[in-house]
Amino acid sequence: IPGGCLTEDLGKVFPAYNPATGEQICEVQEADKADVDKAVQSARVAFSLGSVWRRMDASERGRLLSKLADLVERDSVYLATIESLNSGKPFLPTLFLDLQGTIKTLRYFAGYADKIHGTSIPMDGDYLTFTRYEPIGVCGQIIPWNFPLMMTAWKLGPAIACGNTVVLKPAEETPLTCLYMAALVKEAGFPPGVINILPGFGPTAGAAIASHMGIDKVAFTGSTEVGKLIQEAAGKSNLKRVTLELGGKSPNIIFADADLDLAVEQAHQGVFFNAGQCCTAGSRIFVEEPIYDEFVRRSVERAKRRIVGNPFDPTTEQGPQISREQQNRVLGFIQSGISEGAKMECGGKALGLKGFFIEPTVFSNVKDDMRIAREEIFGPVQLIMTFKTIEEVIERANNTDYGLVAAVFTNNINKAMTITTAMQAGTVWINCFNALSTQCPFGGYKMSGNGRELGESGLKEYSEVKTITMKMVTKNS
Amino acid sequence: MIRTVFSRSLPRLSRPPACHYSAGAIPEPCSQPEVHYDKLFINNQWEDAASGKTFPTINPATGEVICQVAEADVADVDKAVKAARDAFRWGSPWRRMDASHRGLLINRLADAIERDSAYLAELETLDNGKPYAISYTVDLPTVVKCFRYYAGWADKWEGKTIPIDGDYFCYTRHEPIGVCGQIIPWNFPLLMQAWKIAPALATGNTVVMKVAEQTPLTALYVASLIKEVGFPEGVVNILQGMGPSAGAALARHMDVDKLAFTGSTEVGHLIQQASGSSNLKKVTLELGGKSPNIILSDANMEDAVEQAHFGLFFNQGQCCCAGSRTFVQADIYDEFVERSVERARRRVVGNPFDLKTEQGPQVDQEQFNKILGYISSGKREGAKLMCGGGVAADRGYFIQPTVFGDVQDNMTIAREEIFGPVMQIMKFKTLEEVVTRANDTKYGLAAAVFTKDIDKASYVSNGLRAGTVWVNCYDVFASQAPFGGYKSSGNGRELGEYGLDNYTEVKTVITKVPQKNS
Repeated sequence: IPGGCLTEDLGKVFPAYNPATGEQICEVQEADKADVDKAVQSARVAFSLGSVWRRMDASERGRLLSKLADLVERDSVYLATIESLNSGKPFLPTLFLDLQGTIKTLRYFAGYADKIHGTSIPMDGDYLTFTRYEPIGVCGQIIPWNFPLMMTAWKLGPAIACGNTVVLKPAEETPLTCLYMAALVKEAGFPPGVINILPGFGPTAGAAIASHMGIDKVAFTGSTEVGKLIQEAAGKSNLKRVTLELGGKSPNIIFADADLDLAVEQAHQGVFFNAGQCCTAGSRIFVEEPIYDEFVRRSVERAKRRIVGNPFDPTTEQGPQISREQQNRVLGFIQSGISEGAKMECGGKALGLKGFFIEPTVFSNVKDDMRIAREEIFGPVQLIMTFKTIEEVIERANNTDYGLVAAVFTNNINKAMTITTAMQAGTVWINCFNALSTQCPFGGYKMSGNGRELGESGLKEYSEVKTITMKMVTKNS
Repeated sequence: MIRTVFSRSLPRLSRPPACHYSAGAIPEPCSQPEVHYDKLFINNQWEDAASGKTFPTINPATGEVICQVAEADVADVDKAVKAARDAFRWGSPWRRMDASHRGLLINRLADAIERDSAYLAELETLDNGKPYAISYTVDLPTVVKCFRYYAGWADKWEGKTIPIDGDYFCYTRHEPIGVCGQIIPWNFPLLMQAWKIAPALATGNTVVMKVAEQTPLTALYVASLIKEVGFPEGVVNILQGMGPSAGAALARHMDVDKLAFTGSTEVGHLIQQASGSSNLKKVTLELGGKSPNIILSDANMEDAVEQAHFGLFFNQGQCCCAGSRTFVQADIYDEFVERSVERARRRVVGNPFDLKTEQGPQVDQEQFNKILGYISSGKREGAKLMCGGGVAADRGYFIQPTVFGDVQDNMTIAREEIFGPVMQIMKFKTLEEVVTRANDTKYGLAAAVFTKDIDKASYVSNGLRAGTVWVNCYDVFASQAPFGGYKSSGNGRELGEYGLDNYTEVKTVITKVPQKNS
């Protein structure tokens, strides 16, 4: 918040942990409703007509985002270290994937700032009409703990490119890199009040944002359960615009003609990446009957080879789960899988004495109605089911309230075209998984969310369209 | 004097706050910057011309030779086209590069130009004659912004997916056209280079650029920066040479896919013909103008006089969009003329490296003679010479700021493009009349209207057949806004998103699918 980073009155703090050891890293100021009020006030002032931010050339907004990207790049090793420490993500992938993704996203939206076009329109009658794409105003943004830096960039990029001001609450589990970004925001030269960052908890600070009468739009990434609360809060308060990026139970469909090596590896990474803590996790793997046994065998062998360990060890593929709570939750799902009769091929247990590690776990003979097949686990648990026909797998894949992503592995162009059209999912991958890039819109069908992030589509969510119609003396084409 | 120049010259939509020296401190220039590059730039290498020939480039403030540079001819054009074709081959580093990475390289080029902008401004002023204060505060920042703008477009130029009839999946790809020939003029050497290569590179093309023989030096320095920031070899090739030899060779080359030309309408005709008689290469043209500036009686007089002055005299009158027919409504005509003459008399003509100078020399002897010829015709045909009309110094190509009043539409100075510091002021009575007279020209590049009345502003701006219409301002340019000509002022638009169309080939891909669903 402009003027400093101290909480209002209570001076409350909360701990940030290292999930690889369970130990506390440090304490962080805890924002509550009063702090949210203060941040919203500063964001509102920064947004007032005639303010520095409102008068700024769009291209200059883009320059500021570009500078922020440069600063993140300058400090990327430090940021990757803190990200790894606070979230448990392995260090090298964090440096090469998360940091690069963050930088590229900021650069992408920096380039869009002065390219957000309205239109001039041939309206009936003697009128001159055009549209302006204006910023919405003060945007509340609530982000999760699975990709703290990237989620910060995904939210700030489009909001700032479109000229909004922002109040952003990082997840209570992972506030540290977001706070460092706040320092870079100031160094880059953003006017005070344009970006405000408040670490705090969902039920207090997050809820205050969702129900605030002075916030024009809220963007939330997190669980479907909380997404529903955000939508309700918006309806109960001021009908603020809402975009949601929620959970998934995404199908990964492997046909018998697929490149088997590719499919096994992609399916493995698709579910185990980030210790299974991805909204896009390919957590229901449908394998065509003729190759099912071989697929399971290879997947188990691959899972057994997965190296779980200290995130700062360069050979580590998988770090800990984010918290004790998440770890217990995942272990609970594993138990339910066993008790409902799925066959646990490997893994299943917590690992190590310290931290929140779980063994890579594979279940085969999974039935569609089991809990593990219906609910989002968010952990390193791979489920492999079998199917006979394309019509059957389409129906089973779509038989879920979620609809975030889907994938198909096949060499056959017709099967690929059929599956991509049929999937009720916001992103469909063909012969790849988790191929995400800042140019491509991303978001959910059904209860996986509302709206799209990234790509040009991401800008629409942060603009308010104003139509201006002026009487003319005589219109000519 | 300086304050007026700065605050009017900056091509921004909003006035800068309080401080008149809005550009910040201008570094004291070195009036003899060193020339580092004088050869042809092909395949990221510096080459002599195949013939060994060179030609001189002149300092127009003194008439003296700055240095010799290599002179490209047909053989060199062939070599450059081959390099560009090879850089464009299927599977090449340039073709395989992520679009976002193309954008990153263009951004790095912008950074390098910004880093060396004091030097580039000195070199531009030395070779072209424009005042250093303007090169440094207007040309260079605008160049940097143009590159940054197009850097941002590289990975955002999207095709579509289209719901066609039948069981088909249909999408379009926006592909680069291929090898693009680009011929640029001498009036804004660096800026014209940026307007051409930025969109071409953003969309993935390769380039063979022929720069104006009067002003080759800054483009060659930028070529060294292109190599420095890491563009693959052959992506950009730069040749200095003459129009009838090197330029014509490029325009009729059978292996150049597209030609973009900025220059005179006369040569524009030749370029279009050359395309037709060679391989039908796509052609875009930015040509001349005789742009009307319409001042209504309710205009803010002080503002209108200053803008009309700036609109004509900027860059020594050497702008394609110069407001060279100033139409003033009858009841304010006399006062407008008096104030314009007073302003023209105050215009500071002198050494371009002197920070107080507003107007430098014309670019060369040929232009100098041509403009003096037009001034003579004005006197001969009966226009009223109000001030200036002669040579302003005894060396170099300086001409006095000149104002003609009582100009009739059929006079030569009212119909032909002068491209010098000569202002024509004519009188009109009604709106309908002035729109008709303003449109009565083969040109259609730009136009302006000064008025407070909302209806008059929209009537005039909608009625004028011109690619850009300014309301209560003049010469406002931005990388985001398309610019180009109606009629003989050109084909196609540069800048903005529209600028990308010129460098794109659209491919439609239609795949049969077993069963289409919406």
